[in-house]
Amino acid sequence: MLMMVVKRMLIAVPSLIGVVIVTFLLTRALPGDPAAYFAGPAATKEAIEQIRVKLGLDKPLYVQFIRYVGDLARGDLGNSLTTGQPVGHEIKTRLPASAELTLLGLMVSMAIAVPLGILAATRPNSIIDHLCRVISTAGVSLPVFFTGLILIYVFYYLLGWAPAPLGRLDVFFSPPPHVTGFYLIDSLIAGDGEVFVASLTQLVLPALTLGIFSLAPIARMTRASMLAVLASDFVRTARASGLAPFTVVVTYAFRNAMLPVVTTLGMVFSFLLGANVLVEKVFAWPGIGSFAVEALIASDFAPLQGFVLTMAVMYVALNLLIDVLYGLIDPRVRIEA
Amino acid sequence: MSNIALPNEASAERSDSVDIRAPSASADACERAGGPGSSARDSFEARSHSASEDARGRAGDTRPQLGSSARAMLRHARYILGENAVTGFAFALFLVIVLAVLLGPYLVPYDPLVSDTAAALKAPSGAHWFGTDQLGRDVFSRVVVATRLDFFIAVASVALVFLMGGLAGVAAGFFGGWTDRVVGRVADTIMAFPLFVLAMGIVAALGNTVQNVVLATAIVNFPLYARVARAEANVRREAGFVQAARLCGNGEIRILLAQILPNIMPIMVVQMSLTMGYAILNAAGLSFIGLGVRPPTAEWGIMVAEGAAFMVSGEWWIAFFPGATLMVAVFCFNLLGDGLRDIVDPQRRT
Repeated sequence: MLMMVVKRMLIAVPSLIGVVIVTFLLTRALPGDPAAYFAGPAATKEAIEQIRVKLGLDKPLYVQFIRYVGDLARGDLGNSLTTGQPVGHEIKTRLPASAELTLLGLMVSMAIAVPLGILAATRPNSIIDHLCRVISTAGVSLPVFFTGLILIYVFYYLLGWAPAPLGRLDVFFSPPPHVTGFYLIDSLIAGDGEVFVASLTQLVLPALTLGIFSLAPIARMTRASMLAVLASDFVRTARASGLAPFTVVVTYAFRNAMLPVVTTLGMVFSFLLGANVLVEKVFAWPGIGSFAVEALIASDFAPLQGFVLTMAVMYVALNLLIDVLYGLIDPRVRIEA
Repeated sequence: MSNIALPNEASAERSDSVDIRAPSASADACERAGGPGSSARDSFEARSHSASEDARGRAGDTRPQLGSSARAMLRHARYILGENAVTGFAFALFLVIVLAVLLGPYLVPYDPLVSDTAAALKAPSGAHWFGTDQLGRDVFSRVVVATRLDFFIAVASVALVFLMGGLAGVAAGFFGGWTDRVVGRVADTIMAFPLFVLAMGIVAALGNTVQNVVLATAIVNFPLYARVARAEANVRREAGFVQAARLCGNGEIRILLAQILPNIMPIMVVQMSLTMGYAILNAAGLSFIGLGVRPPTAEWGIMVAEGAAFMVSGEWWIAFFPGATLMVAVFCFNLLGDGLRDIVDPQRRT
């Protein structure tokens, strides 16, 4: 088992190298000229050229790449051209906002989706099966930005229950002292109930938007793989042996149905991080997603590279975790490793 | 021979001449090798059984049997559509969408691009079913005309990614070794990016065109197809029915295409139905951010983005109708895919 983890970690290294290369090439291929952008609209040709030299953009691509990797090795992600701030610092302050939102969204959807999928699969063509189909298809059919806008219209404009969709905390409150960066946890640590409630009300709509979005693939895959497993011989045998229906479904069927579900979970996380970008834009959430969008529109490649790298490291770690789970759930997979 | 040969009759006949084993013996061997994954064999068996009634009296010739098994398949599809109202509804909806794709631009009451500032920001009425936007353009006409573009993006990118990702994944899971490593590496590299941001990056880097939106959508979906196909093929590579097929003298490529691939199709169909919708969502999301299709082109994502600012001041229809249409279209594709699965998946057939 430990060997498998180590092996899988080694496999992740080339993946990361690939990411660095792809990110570098992709951001250099952006149509905008960072030097011209940095110099401003009134700059002369000489001034632009000067900035190009200063940024190292006049050097051949491989020299730029080596320089970039060297900076990375020192933990330097470069400075943002628009704000002049170090990218690493910016990402560090923005990451908890995104993580808090994403995790809460995932928790909401898992709590609903897995039981729903199992129930639907054990009672095919029943009302709950149709309900699962409709809910899960409706959930994945909703464009996240559209769900967000509808929620804002209903709960902010019509009902007035939700606060204005402008960031993590109402302007009247000051953020809790920084411990984890998660406002919910930090406010509890500080014992500040008011801030906890305030940040929770800000979180509810965007987290719900993400939850509705990611609910669908989990419920769908749970149902689909449960159906396949329930139709197999060993479940029939377990039933014929007189085992209790609950034991058959949970111990026998669900454990075997987990493999595709876990596969999906990794993808769901990737979806969530992407959907995050749209949700953060709709709710003016100060996370790394909106940071990346701003950077992309401004052709500001240092923040974009930093953002993508952060995501890549997080995501490779997540994939590693999922593969380890794989081995725990399905011994057949372990043989390959 | 019938069990294995049915899916790929022509090549089976060719292989008869080189196959020195007696056909009945190899069929027996295949018969016995059941195993948990023998669904493809079962399905073909079941299909030929139901077809045999029609084909009675024409024994010896398998060709009419295949034709009538296709008819039996159709009958089965009709049975499922009839039994499951939701799938039938989705199919009807799909026809409406196809109609809008084909005839949309000729049917709409207004020119989708012509603005009429006197009639700007009007609520839905008899003259303007979905109201008008900030430039006085008819929202209904724009929504209908946009169907063609969104549909094209979805179909093109799903076809592209199924060819790339599905085949690569099955090969990786079945062959293992370096095939697996190469495909896995490519998939991991793509997966290490948040997909939507990667799509943003690709479109921004390659240029702001519809073709690049299609390409970007296909590329970001590649790992999805490759990984699911790989996981499913990997579990089946040493399954009983695969070993039986090997024992029957089938080549590895043939086993991959005739045994593994049909077994994986149900999961792949669910995957394709999900991605078909996702492809539209992805394109709409890109244009919502300001990438991909550009205004004044009528496209659902752009229209939602244009209406977003008016949502907070109460003019809900500008963003609502394109968003709702987008949702209904994706909803339709997903329901259809789920229904399709019931038709394709032999393990759910009764």
